[in-house]
Amino acid sequence: MATVLERAPSLGGLSHVARRSYRIVADVPAIPLLILGTLTFVAVFAPVIAPHRKLTPVKPTPAQCQARFSMTDCPYVDNVPPFWMSGGRLDTPLGTDFLGRDVLSRLMYGARISLVVALTGTLFAGAIGTLLGVLAGYMGKWWDQIIMRITDAWLTLPSLVFAILLSSVRGPGVWNVVLILALVFWSRYSRAVRGEVLALRERDFVKLAEINGISTRTIVFRHLLPNVMNTVMVLFSLQLGVAVIIEASLSFLGVGVPPPEPSWGLMMAQERESLMDGKWWLAVFPGIGISMLVLSANMLGDWLRVRLDPQLRNR
Amino acid sequence: MTLWLLVTIIFGLVRLTGDPVAMKAEAGADAAYVARLKQDWGLDQPLPWQYLGFIGNLLRGDFGHSFEKSLPVRDIYFERLPNSLKLGFAAFIISIVLGVPLGMLSALKVNSWWDSTGKVVALFGLSMPGFFVGLVLIIVFGIHLGWLPVLGKGRSAFVGSDPSTWVTFWFRDWSHLVMPAFALGWYFSGAMLRITRSGMLDVLGSDYIKLVRLKGVPERMVVAKHALKNSMIPVLTFAGLNLLIMVNVAVVIEVIFNWPGVGQLLYDGLSNRDFPMVQGVVLMSGLMIVVLNFTIDVLYGYVDPRIRLSR
Repeated sequence: MATVLERAPSLGGLSHVARRSYRIVADVPAIPLLILGTLTFVAVFAPVIAPHRKLTPVKPTPAQCQARFSMTDCPYVDNVPPFWMSGGRLDTPLGTDFLGRDVLSRLMYGARISLVVALTGTLFAGAIGTLLGVLAGYMGKWWDQIIMRITDAWLTLPSLVFAILLSSVRGPGVWNVVLILALVFWSRYSRAVRGEVLALRERDFVKLAEINGISTRTIVFRHLLPNVMNTVMVLFSLQLGVAVIIEASLSFLGVGVPPPEPSWGLMMAQERESLMDGKWWLAVFPGIGISMLVLSANMLGDWLRVRLDPQLRNR
Repeated sequence: MTLWLLVTIIFGLVRLTGDPVAMKAEAGADAAYVARLKQDWGLDQPLPWQYLGFIGNLLRGDFGHSFEKSLPVRDIYFERLPNSLKLGFAAFIISIVLGVPLGMLSALKVNSWWDSTGKVVALFGLSMPGFFVGLVLIIVFGIHLGWLPVLGKGRSAFVGSDPSTWVTFWFRDWSHLVMPAFALGWYFSGAMLRITRSGMLDVLGSDYIKLVRLKGVPERMVVAKHALKNSMIPVLTFAGLNLLIMVNVAVVIEVIFNWPGVGQLLYDGLSNRDFPMVQGVVLMSGLMIVVLNFTIDVLYGYVDPRIRLSR
C-alpha cells in the first residue's frame, strides 16, 4: 500500500483506469514471474538459443585434445570445468559432462522437460480432481460418499511413496511420469473443491438456477466451476512446485525420464560419482535450476493465495 | 475402512497401470519363464481370486517374498526400520529446533525484520529439494572441508537379539547422522515455521489473550504461559505426522548418503525390479500413517475439549 501512495502524485495526470491498472501491476510479484518467464523462454526456444546439441558431445579444439590426451584429434573431452576455472572455455560456459556434452545446453533442454512434465501432470490432476470435487460437492449423497472416501484413502500415502509405487509397474518414460503425477495429485484438488462447492450450493444464485429448471450440467459448468477456479488456481501453482520435485526425484532414482534425455534430476544422479572427485559443478547447476523453478512456483502460489483470499491479506 | 480402501486402491492401480511380471522379465524373455513367474505369483488366476488372496495374505501379515533376497519382505523391512527411525528422529528434532522458535518470533513481531527473515527461510525450506541440500552439504562439509563422513551410517547397528544394542544404537555415530538428518529436516523446518507462525497468530488474536493483557500480565508471561500452550496443539499434531512422513519419504536422501534405511530398500526394489519389495514397503508406510492418523484423532479429543463436545 505504502509504495502506491508514495508514487501516486507522479501518476496524477493519468486517467482513473490507468491508475488502477498501475496499482495491479505494482502489486504483481516481479521476482517469481521473472524467473518463470526466463525459464519458459529458455524452454521454448531451447533449440534456437542453446549453443550446442543436447545429446552429442561438443567438438573439442586441437589444443584441448593436446592438453588432455596428447593427441591432435579426439572425439570429445569430458568434465571440462566452467569458464571461470582453469581449463574452462567460454565456448562451453558451464563445462561439459561425463560424455563431453555441453552442460548449459543440456540445462536448457532440461528446463523444457521439467516444465512440460510438471505442467501437463498438474493440469491433468487439476482437471480430474476439480471435476470429481464438483460432482461430490454438488450431487451429494452416495456420489459424495464414494468419491470422498476414495479421496481420503488416496491422500494417506505420501506423494513420493505413491509415485514410486506406480513407477515400479510403469517403468521409466516421460509420459509415464505425467500419468503418475496426474494419478497422485488429483485427490488434493477434489478435497478442496468439494468444500467450496458445499458452501456454494447453498448460495442464492445456485438455488435460483435450480428453481428455474436449469440443467445440472449448465449449473456445474456455468455457475459452479467459475467460482471454484480461484481455489484451483492457488492449488495449481503450489502443486506445480511439488510436481517438479517429484519429477526430479523419480528421474534421480532412475524411474523418471529415461537416460539420454537431459532431465535435471537425472543429470544430478548421473554426476553423483564425479562429485567425489571434486567436480561439484555438474551436480550443482541442475540443482539450482530445480530450486529456482520450485521457488518461483511457490512464491507465485503464495501471492495468489493472499490475493484471492482477503482473510489472509494481513498474515 | 480407510485402510481397506487404500489396500484396494494399491491393488487396483498396480493391476491396471502395469504388469509387474513384464517389468521383471526383459522384452525377449522366454514364454515359459514368464508363465512360471505368473504362476509363482498367482497372476494366472482370475482377478477376484487374486484380490482375495492378496487381502488374505495381508491379514496374516504376509507381504510376500522378495525376488532378489528370497526372504519375506516383512523381515527385511523390520531389520531396516530402526535405521530409518534414527534418521527420522534426528531430522525431526532439527526441523523443530529450526522451525518452532523462528515461527514464534515471526508471529510475535509480525511484519518486522524477523518476520521477513522467517518468510524467506520458510520459502527456501519448501523450495530447495532435500537431495540438492544433501549434495551441497556433501560438497562443502564432506569433500572440501572433510569434517564429516559422507557415506553410510557408521558401525553401530540395531540387533533385535542383542539387547545391549537397543539403547546404544540411538546414541552412536552421530557424525554420520548430521548431514542426512539436516538435508531431510530442512524441508520440514520450513513447513513447521509456517504452522507455528499461523497457530501463534490465531491464538494471539483471540479474546482470552486480550483479557490476560488487560489484566496487566507482563507480555513475556502472556506468551510463555498462555499463548504458547494453546498454539502448540496444531504444531504437535502436524509434527507427529511429519515424523512418519520423514521416515517414509527419505528415499532420495538415503540413496545419496547411502543410509541403509527403509527408503534405500525401496530404491533397491526399484532398481532390481523387485516388485514385492516395493509394494511391501509402500503398504507398510500406508499402514503406519493410517494408524497414526487414527491415534491423533483420538488424542485430539482428549487435548481439545471443543472437539469432544461437537461429536
